[in-house]
Amino acid sequence: MSFVQRLSRRKQPARARGVGRGAPSWEIVAVFLLPAFLLYTVFMIWPLAQSFYFSLFEFKGLARGAFVGLRNFRELFTRYPVNEQLPRAFLHNIYFFVGTMLVQNTLGLLFAKLLYKPRFGKRFFQTVYTMPYLISALVVGYLWSLMLNPLFGPVNRLLKAVGLGALARPWLGDPATALPAIILANAWQWVGFPMLLFSAGLANIGEDLREAARIDGASRWRLFWSIELPLLLPVIGIVTVLTFIGNFNVFGIVWAMGGVNGEPAGATDVLGLVFYRTAFRGGVDAFGLASALAVLMFVLIFGVSMVMVNLFRRWEEGLK
Amino acid sequence: MSVYKVKSARRIDLVTLGTQLLLWGYAAIVLGPLLLVVNDALRPSRDIFRNPLGLATSISFRSFVKAWERANFNVYFFNSLVITVAAVLLATAVSALAGYMLGRYRFRGSALLSAYFLAGLMLPFRLAIVPLFLLLNRLGLVDTRIGLILVYAATGIPFSIFILSSFFRQLPQELSEAARIDGAGEFAIFGRIMLPLVRPALATVVVFQFVPLWNDFFFPLVLLRSTNKWTLPVGMTRFFGEFQTDWSTLFAGLIIMTLPLIVIFLLATKQIIAGLTAGIGK
Repeated sequence: MSFVQRLSRRKQPARARGVGRGAPSWEIVAVFLLPAFLLYTVFMIWPLAQSFYFSLFEFKGLARGAFVGLRNFRELFTRYPVNEQLPRAFLHNIYFFVGTMLVQNTLGLLFAKLLYKPRFGKRFFQTVYTMPYLISALVVGYLWSLMLNPLFGPVNRLLKAVGLGALARPWLGDPATALPAIILANAWQWVGFPMLLFSAGLANIGEDLREAARIDGASRWRLFWSIELPLLLPVIGIVTVLTFIGNFNVFGIVWAMGGVNGEPAGATDVLGLVFYRTAFRGGVDAFGLASALAVLMFVLIFGVSMVMVNLFRRWEEGLK
Repeated sequence: MSVYKVKSARRIDLVTLGTQLLLWGYAAIVLGPLLLVVNDALRPSRDIFRNPLGLATSISFRSFVKAWERANFNVYFFNSLVITVAAVLLATAVSALAGYMLGRYRFRGSALLSAYFLAGLMLPFRLAIVPLFLLLNRLGLVDTRIGLILVYAATGIPFSIFILSSFFRQLPQELSEAARIDGAGEFAIFGRIMLPLVRPALATVVVFQFVPLWNDFFFPLVLLRSTNKWTLPVGMTRFFGEFQTDWSTLFAGLIIMTLPLIVIFLLATKQIIAGLTAGIGK
């Protein structure tokens, strides 16, 4: 069971065979649990919680000033330049999510399906497709910005070499193609991830079910649409939620390909960059504003992923 | 049945052909840029600009030396290594302890505590950077490697506890009971009997923390200021500005940064796949 499902299903799993009956004394329990609890709470949960509190205060540099209520939130939508950058970046993150779902996750499903049957080179293809996941998002971004360079980039050269020179263009310099190029580079890096998840999901579907469908005369296509796809719904749910979280946190690859301002002319600006700029390139009272933005993004990312988890669970139950 | 097979034989062949084309085609899209990076790091920039698609005619490692020495990669590499290794060890150690307790015993609040740790898997942690910066500033840990190590270790805890506690849970009860009868205390049972048995899970956890920490760009960008403390990703941003016109060195830099991960990938493909698909399947 995945952690997403674990979070959404409040039911306790059946008592596993190894679980002990009597817990040791509380001192021993504390010694085992405290180091992780403290580290995790002090450096992760506490700062996250503080963001909510800080968003209601005014800041002068590093010093927290007076309580200002919701002023920081209001300023996000009224003060230039953040009021103009925010809606645009939000839209770009949505493009990013939709584009990734359409390209990366569809390809991932296709590859998982093609590599489901034991075939020659199965492991080779799985390994190759997963490999770029290891590379830093920043490195992937820089690599593709060199690949797409208008003058010396191999992509344009290759297009010219095969007679498609008309398609060659400054991919990252043109506002129309810059964001799609980044989405594709990101998909190039991550496609192995949905592929592996879908492969595991396909392996979980019983072979007898497929056999029964085949005996009933179902074509491959029919088998895929009517049997495999519905049974993959839990995995599709996980992939969708994780893609959403990943895409709304995207940062390094956009920085490498579009710079801190999301060039050209903000065409690749995303929420992660707006947040960074607001917090650390913003001016003296930046921290309050940035905390307010953090709260909004937190509510958006966490809230939407929770809604998605529930929607998928209800959909799954509806199919049963 | 056999008639059906004969009729569809040609169609099946087309499907197989299409499948092979697709699989090899995409493999080329993945491998092409990677091979190009290696090829171009081994030839001088002059050659790259003259013939972007050409092969390296003679092999030279001069660009690697240049990136390593003149572009400070020796310093960045050392920092990345120290910070990543320390953070992974710290997080794994504390997670093994906590994962053992949460996996083996039920006590008051244990379910709540498990959920508390698990929640970290879904929290967009980078959004906490402002309070985190102020906290580290108060502790005097901004622009120190220790500060970054502590932050990184904290981020690794949810996944590590998730994996380790589920492995500890599956170990048979008889083992610890036999040891207890022999007079072993809780720490001895944990250290000498249980921990060695979850070694595969420990490997998954270590590999799986190492990769994102090695690659992380956001936290060192904000938390480290002195260039002599920078890690590879932050160093990379300056490097790409400075060596803009020296593509060969740029490619060499990309390789240096990725090399340790390639070594890990070759050593631990199984653990990586296990981690990516954690929780799905059996």
